[in-house]
Amino acid sequence: MTGTVDFLLVSMVLANLWVLGSSRLPSCIRALAFQGVALGLLPFALYPGHITWDLVMLALVSITLKAVVFPHLLKRALLEARVDPQVEPFVGHGVSLVVGVASLALSVALFRRHPLPIVPPSDLLMPVAVSTLLVGLFVLIARRKALTQALGYLVFENGIQAFGLGVLQHAPLMVELGILLDIFFAVFVMGITIFHIRRAFATLDTMEMAELRG
Amino acid sequence: MISMLLGLLLAPLLAGLINRVKAFFAGRRGRPLLQLYWDLARLLRKNMVLSRTTTPVFLLGPALSLASLVTCLALLPLGGPALLFFPGDMLVLLGLLALVRFATVLAAMDTGSSFEGMGASREVAIGALAEPGMFLALAVLVVQTRVVSLSELWAHRGLDLWNSAGLVLALVAVALFLLLLAESCRIPVDDPNTHLELTMIHEVMVLDHSGPALAAIEYASSLKMWIGAVLISSLLFPFHTGSAWLDLLAGLAVVFLVTLAVGLVESTSARLSMLRVPQFVGLSSALSLLALFLVIR
Repeated sequence: MTGTVDFLLVSMVLANLWVLGSSRLPSCIRALAFQGVALGLLPFALYPGHITWDLVMLALVSITLKAVVFPHLLKRALLEARVDPQVEPFVGHGVSLVVGVASLALSVALFRRHPLPIVPPSDLLMPVAVSTLLVGLFVLIARRKALTQALGYLVFENGIQAFGLGVLQHAPLMVELGILLDIFFAVFVMGITIFHIRRAFATLDTMEMAELRG
Repeated sequence: MISMLLGLLLAPLLAGLINRVKAFFAGRRGRPLLQLYWDLARLLRKNMVLSRTTTPVFLLGPALSLASLVTCLALLPLGGPALLFFPGDMLVLLGLLALVRFATVLAAMDTGSSFEGMGASREVAIGALAEPGMFLALAVLVVQTRVVSLSELWAHRGLDLWNSAGLVLALVAVALFLLLLAESCRIPVDDPNTHLELTMIHEVMVLDHSGPALAAIEYASSLKMWIGAVLISSLLFPFHTGSAWLDLLAGLAVVFLVTLAVGLVESTSARLSMLRVPQFVGLSSALSLLALFLVIR
């Protein structure tokens, strides 16, 4: 199964690079959906011997949320708030790609020097998870729009979920569902907030939001 | 030996093939497949016009690039080990390709035309991004197989390698294909058919060459394309047939398939804006680097 695991992990890294390199928001959203599918399938490839019903249900819910619902909500926010689909980065796309690859190199080096006390099911899983996490944080700070911040947050969250897959073979069902519900509400609220920000400030540029308004 | 002669003979055919694919997609009949051969013959019969500002460097450019590319052919395995092989010959191959770029750029600067200087600067900027990509792509194969010459890599390719490291090889294949597009100045990076000086890269550097010198340049660029396609076919095609002739035929078939893919990309995509080109070329380095992480873990 290592071939499949590697394939899914590389898909996740490629989705990271896609988010970093793309200059259009809809394309970034598609990358996020793609990453969600790869992440949702990952547990089956990692633990082929432990496929249970609740695992399958959980994966289904997770994939539906991350590949269908979130992209749909984000696209709707994009349309309703009439956001210009240009990404407008602070850090250019070329440099962002370099940062993406560097984050992977950094995480590979990190886990080489400081191996975890537990043995993760794939030696590439932890580096990819941490690099996804870093890319999410980078997107949060290096892009101008409120919508890209939601996007960065979701990439960040994907990183956390991948990390969790390596540490815990099975998180209790309720915990996982709770996390998913949390993210769902976060995205939901962000969609509404973006709409309201647009109304109050007439812009989504976070640089303009320096003062409070009622 | 045969593969080298085949390369010298068949390289201009690739350009004809790409043009045919593009014509098919545009609903035209297209130029004859052998058009480049006729063009080369015509150019060879013509006189050369030399500007008074040029020095011998101007003619050295095409000559040197042609010589280096023919040497490259001697290092390339196709359907059998290459004419020359020794540990580290891929570094020589990359060095020779860099020499071709250097010679072309030097000849372009020698004309004293500002347009050619601009083209030269772009060519070097793209080269600076493409070369690390090529080194990394070959480095991945070397680390994976633990052999250090192109002909040995040719012998090591196969289904076993694809089974144990298919993902790595697929990433390398994509990286090499992107580099092929960049190095042979095909569409997402450069448009060989455009003649608007503001946007061209390779074509602008050869504006002042004429007659036999231009023929040498055209021939050299088709050889470059051939080398890129053979590199993909010889290092990554997974099947060994056992018979030398069948191996050669299969290798050639893959070369033509790669060419068709180039034609397909050209017909279905638009040229990238100049600002996005570095990103496109840099992507090949990123893919190779990713493959390298997969190999060394």
